Amino acid sequence: MDYRPTPQDEQFRKELKAWIARTFPSDQPPPKMETREDRINAYRDYQRKVFEGGYAGIRYPKEYGGQGGTLMQEIITSEELGPIGRTHAASVNVIGFGMGIPTVFTVGTPEQKEKFMRKSLDGTCIWCQAFSEPNAGSDVASISTRAERMGDHYVVNGQKVWITNAQYADWCMLLVRTNPNVAKHKGLSYLLMDMKAPGVEVRPIQQLTGEAEFNEIFIDNVQVPVENLVGEENGGWSIALTTLMFERVMGDLSTANQFLWVFEQLWQMVKGVKRRGRPILEDPGFRQKLAQMYIEILVLKYNGYRSLDRVLKGGIPGAEGSVGKIIWSELNPRMTELALEIEGPYSQLIERSAGAIEDGRWQYMFLRAKGNTVEAGSAEIQRNIIGERVLGLPKDLARMAPAASVKK
Amino acid sequence: MDISFNEDQIEIRNQAHRFMENECPPTFVRAMYEDERGFTDDLWTKMAEMGWMGMRIPEEYDGIGLKLIDVCIVLEEMGRAILPGPYFSTVLLAAETLLEAGSEAQKKAYLPRIAVGELRGTLALLEPDSGPDPGYIKMEARADGDGFVFSGTKLFVPDAHVSDFMVVAARTHPGDDREQGLTLFLVETKAKGVAVQPCRTMDGSRKQSEVRFDGLRVAKADALGEVGRGWTPLSRVLERAAVGLAAENVGGAQKALEIAVEYAKVRHQFGQPIGGFQAIKHRCAEMLVVVEGSRSLLYWAAWAVEEDPKQAALAASAAKAYTADAYRTVATLGTQILGGIGITWEHDMHLYLKRAKANQVALGDTAYHQEEVARQLGA
Repeated sequence: MDYRPTPQDEQFRKELKAWIARTFPSDQPPPKMETREDRINAYRDYQRKVFEGGYAGIRYPKEYGGQGGTLMQEIITSEELGPIGRTHAASVNVIGFGMGIPTVFTVGTPEQKEKFMRKSLDGTCIWCQAFSEPNAGSDVASISTRAERMGDHYVVNGQKVWITNAQYADWCMLLVRTNPNVAKHKGLSYLLMDMKAPGVEVRPIQQLTGEAEFNEIFIDNVQVPVENLVGEENGGWSIALTTLMFERVMGDLSTANQFLWVFEQLWQMVKGVKRRGRPILEDPGFRQKLAQMYIEILVLKYNGYRSLDRVLKGGIPGAEGSVGKIIWSELNPRMTELALEIEGPYSQLIERSAGAIEDGRWQYMFLRAKGNTVEAGSAEIQRNIIGERVLGLPKDLARMAPAASVKK
Repeated sequence: MDISFNEDQIEIRNQAHRFMENECPPTFVRAMYEDERGFTDDLWTKMAEMGWMGMRIPEEYDGIGLKLIDVCIVLEEMGRAILPGPYFSTVLLAAETLLEAGSEAQKKAYLPRIAVGELRGTLALLEPDSGPDPGYIKMEARADGDGFVFSGTKLFVPDAHVSDFMVVAARTHPGDDREQGLTLFLVETKAKGVAVQPCRTMDGSRKQSEVRFDGLRVAKADALGEVGRGWTPLSRVLERAAVGLAAENVGGAQKALEIAVEYAKVRHQFGQPIGGFQAIKHRCAEMLVVVEGSRSLLYWAAWAVEEDPKQAALAASAAKAYTADAYRTVATLGTQILGGIGITWEHDMHLYLKRAKANQVALGDTAYHQEEVARQLGA
């Protein structure tokens, strides 16, 4: 057992750092992020550079545009590119890297891999994932969006909701019902839908932060070619689960790196705050709470190492991906709320307010973190998954009902 | 980088697991609760024959010379079985201090005999007013002729009542600086001026004692390492021991989780196994999250403490704080899931709860280790 990078890994990091310094000079202003087009352009430009530099899709084979790299190289790339990605709207395609690319690579046909892998890695193709519906949130298997086979294509009708990045996406991983007459988990199929196809409409949802990351998608007689079916018809449930597990596992490490960065910012902020005329770090209560946050980030980080190690050795992640999701999604709300607690009365001031600490960024982060335990599978659903699929506890009988009994 | 266990390590785990299942069932733990010594010579001999006493001792002193992570694999299984007796104090506290600070003569005199199971040792640190922080040790060792004389009390000394020797930390240069003037001494437990009084503790599987020193004379040759410079070796020993305790915590928490989950599958209420109810299922999931998180942190810390000096102190404290709280959480939730039977003497869960509570305060409580982490971060 050795957590140390090899000399080859050290060399890899050195070359990557040098490449970053050349490609994204620190004296260069970050790209504009005001409009949707700004963010798409910033992402595409960034990802194209990463691809051309040989740092996109480290763990995928070269034949699909990846690098055939190691676990450590994947970790190093995530650590070093993370801060650059944050200023270049890399989050625009977080769904692609977290779910779309791994799903196509793991369960896609050779033709689908040929069609999507390279152009997803080079920044051309941005992804979204549409599972949830107004009446199918945590109970995602009860979706009612229908796809009917008509010769060489499916005709899809329905409504999806809470779709991250749908406003940017070129392609959508779409979960649909192809057979309403069997148990609800058994009649689902997994399609890849062109977001520019006639009949697709995207409407943004304004969140409590004021911005709109999530969207509704209205799907009206949209034609999806049969060649865009992933896996078997009516075999979509297991693929959906695979997709979600990738989202959970692959997200742990980049999230841990992001949290280490957030913690560093928090620590800097704390150093400037006083209580009763004394630096707040002299208060053991706050000191211990901060230390606990750091400890839990380490837990997330090294749990991520173990999860990714398993994925790289075994291919498809198991239900243990839910462990990391629970850890990060419950840590972030506490960490950002601790920032507000430290700010004391100043915690009420938001951006553009005179006296707001760091222009109210911690207030935004606190509010945004409220979504963490809901998005990508709620905290409760993750606990069901762990309880049933890891610990082998019995399912709730009410959740085994056939699709026909589901309220449409 | 390779974060998997190799075949040898997997075999170490399998052996330890089988051994503990055969030799240390809950009936044995319960018997040792009632036993004054708290272990048997028979088990101690068998453990020595497994090579476990000398896992960390280099071959030149008749040990095997393995890494901390290898001992942690065994400790995880020992924690799972709530192994009673002085293994932890002998191997992780006494032998480690000899390895870290001992002279060649001291190592030759003690380590081979520890490796074969002939000697048992411990470490006497805490004092009535020191709290969990060894930086506040006040007991003074006064220079006297060619040696030192000291009087005072050490508290919560693990397994002192069955030790042949103990390492005692005392101040040879009294002052306010926690790191200066601390000296480690080798003391024979039977020496004149040493009185050991076992305490009645909640966790009966790991006995602790109050040790009184009354004008104890120690030769200068019995100082471990340089006089007045005991802090650095002691810190290293405590880092490794903290990780060792973290391994016990992971093993104990894992077993407590398994007991609770098994019960949730077979106990029926309202016509179904209680594990089908989310109120129970989610608690079980919560337990798994902290057990897996603990394990991930433990394996990294076991590596870092030995191989990454810059992170060693932080890693040890992080692992100790997190895993101890996790063990306490799992044992507490486990007790609740078991319902009525969970609060009986008959069921084994209380053995886990009690060990968890003991481990939470052993070698520094959570607040102490959080402070250490904060210090390492620059607070």
